[in-house]
Amino acid sequence: MKANVDASVSLYRGSHFSRQRDSYRAAIFLFPTFALLLVFFFVPIVLTFYFAFTNMSLTGSASIHTEFVGFDNFSSMFADPNFRTAVWNTIIVLIFSAVIGQQVLGLIIALMMNERNRKFRSLIGTLVIAGWVTPEIVVAFIWFAFLSDQGTANIMLGWLGAKPVSWLYQFPMTSVVVANIWHGTAFSMLVFQSALGDVPKEVTEAAMIDGASGWQRLWRVTLPMIKGSIVTNMVLITLQTLGLFTLIFSLTGGGPGNKTETLPLYMYHQAFANYQLGYGTAISLILLVIGIIASISYIRFLKVQI
Amino acid sequence: MNIRKSLLRRLPMLLALLLACSLAACSSNSASSPQGNAASSGSGNNAAGKADDGGKKVIKVAYQKFGTPPIWGEEWLKQVKTQFESQNSGVTVELVPIQASENDFYTKIALMMKSDETAPDIVTEDTFLINSDAAAGYLEPLNDKVSAWPDWSNFVDAMKQGVTSSDGKIYGVPYSTDTRGLWYDTNIFKKAGLPVPWEPKNWNDILNAARTIKQKVPGVTPFWSNVGKATGEATSMQTFEMLLYGTNDTLYNDSTGKWVAQSPGFKDALQFISTIAKEKLGPPPSQVLNGQAGNTLVDQLMPKEQVGIALNGNWLPGSWVQNGAAPWPDGTKVYQLAAMPTQNGQGPGFTSMSGGWALSIASKSKQKDEAWKFIQLAINKDNNKWYNMHQGNLSPRKDVADDPEYANTPGQSFAQATKFTAFTHFRPANTDYPAISTQIQSVVEGVATGSLTPDAAMKQYAQNVERIAGKDKVEEKN
Repeated sequence: MKANVDASVSLYRGSHFSRQRDSYRAAIFLFPTFALLLVFFFVPIVLTFYFAFTNMSLTGSASIHTEFVGFDNFSSMFADPNFRTAVWNTIIVLIFSAVIGQQVLGLIIALMMNERNRKFRSLIGTLVIAGWVTPEIVVAFIWFAFLSDQGTANIMLGWLGAKPVSWLYQFPMTSVVVANIWHGTAFSMLVFQSALGDVPKEVTEAAMIDGASGWQRLWRVTLPMIKGSIVTNMVLITLQTLGLFTLIFSLTGGGPGNKTETLPLYMYHQAFANYQLGYGTAISLILLVIGIIASISYIRFLKVQI
Repeated sequence: MNIRKSLLRRLPMLLALLLACSLAACSSNSASSPQGNAASSGSGNNAAGKADDGGKKVIKVAYQKFGTPPIWGEEWLKQVKTQFESQNSGVTVELVPIQASENDFYTKIALMMKSDETAPDIVTEDTFLINSDAAAGYLEPLNDKVSAWPDWSNFVDAMKQGVTSSDGKIYGVPYSTDTRGLWYDTNIFKKAGLPVPWEPKNWNDILNAARTIKQKVPGVTPFWSNVGKATGEATSMQTFEMLLYGTNDTLYNDSTGKWVAQSPGFKDALQFISTIAKEKLGPPPSQVLNGQAGNTLVDQLMPKEQVGIALNGNWLPGSWVQNGAAPWPDGTKVYQLAAMPTQNGQGPGFTSMSGGWALSIASKSKQKDEAWKFIQLAINKDNNKWYNMHQGNLSPRKDVADDPEYANTPGQSFAQATKFTAFTHFRPANTDYPAISTQIQSVVEGVATGSLTPDAAMKQYAQNVERIAGKDKVEEKN
């Protein structure tokens, strides 16, 4: 039997001609895929890079006479205090709503649900997932209805005899962060639930017998075992939050002033409200770079292999 | 067997070839004939000037639809559509409403005009965009057409200037203009012990009146002006430029062809806005920092007499007429219009800003002759009078302005608003104005919300103007 297999392998290896023909054929069959990728994926990316170095505009003479301006867009971007505010706002939203909010809350809920009975699990699960299945624009409207001047939050404050608060104007960033946590936590929860389900019971039981406290079991056993899921989740929610647009745009429009203007909103305003398409594209490149840096640093920091 | 096998083997290749052909066909088709992709781009956005099934010609008119109905601009175009179709059998007018606030409308219209697929035939243009849209090649020059049109001599010269681009060509026919001033509530003024009629002589008079109202008539907004990015051009023009052009400085130096990015007047104008905000003389931010602010003011707050002074345009009572969004026959008895004084009362004593709207033909239109016929009909004396009487705007036509029925329209202040044209200003006729105007909105909102000091705001503005216009196009005045 083994001899037979060897013989067929050597026979195959021997037929040099057919192998070459196979690779030609493969190339022919792969060509359409390659062409589609080139046209719809690669070309737009290259164009984005190119446009970032031009003064392309939506109206005015620069819209027909688009010129190459070198690093002008980038140098004026770094000199623009609004850009720094936007980067800062993006980082705040990222840290508080994604990394701390969604990640930690999602983990806590998943841990709490791990040991409970079925009914409790499905009740909590449904509640949390309601936030996740709600489209972003609807989430924005729900929170706007809740936090606006005549909104539910202020009506409830009225019952308690408290004065109404202009949430969206006095605490705009907090409002955005809370709304995004509400929307996104379910995703982290689902990721952690499935990761926790894969942690073998025997290991935690063994640790318990060795006298490890609940905190120690979590810190020394469970978390290291789901490290891979933590990183994957962190990368995913980071990229998702970096691109967060609809929620902020409809909730606060980046305002008041530019207190909630994150990079995607800043990019949109520059490109489509100020008509500076080239400048907007340059900002999108920066957003891309931030996403790459964040992803790589998570992977390095938590020392996982992907 | 053999044939089948080889066919099977070649099937993927055939499919790939087919796919490649269809891709090529698709791209060449869309380049040569705009109809190719019409179906995919949605029924509202298909190609301009295409013939429909019955072989009829279709001309598309794109306009802004925003606010509380009735939207007089739309009502006017609907009437003209009926008239036009009965006069020109074989041509159908398709109205393309663009549901967007002001700034979004400009963006959407620019994107529409950029492409063969979506360009309308006729578009309503805010005259401040004519220069930049003409430079972008979006608009068709109309010199030959207007010179052959007897009605053209009826248009006010200043308005003709407003639709003439820096290349000297005419890119639209104006259908309305406006002036701006201070609307003040006579009842609130009487309660506060302020003089009626009110004739402020300088900015201090305005601030003092607002302070008095705050003190004596609690619960109303003493002074309302648009200060948000969301209210777009209204923030630049009705608020900031109404202040700046009352100082000794302007936005743009016509003699040097440079933007005056930093000047004492610029800072004083921002300081005025900052004072209003700091002393809480203005509306709460949640009311004024959104795109609906203009409608909130006119349709809700003013009819309830909750605003002391509103720095705004002459069209404001348009909402209060019969059939308007918020009918209020006594509106112009309660709210009267005062001229906006200059900063310290320096000559000519008052200031105003004027803009206006025009009908233009998109350069990518395929039905330019029919489009021109439509424009002539839409802006003839009767149709123009109807529109401006309802909308509450000033007519650019002399024969309409002199028409007694128009001049004495009840519930309007045409006669007084027209007087402001004596000292009015127009926005810089420069292709960079639209982009620079958005920078003004951004710093005004920054100052009004207290996140920027007037000094920091002016520096930030100067920096951004340099980026947009180029360093050599910016100057500073001390």
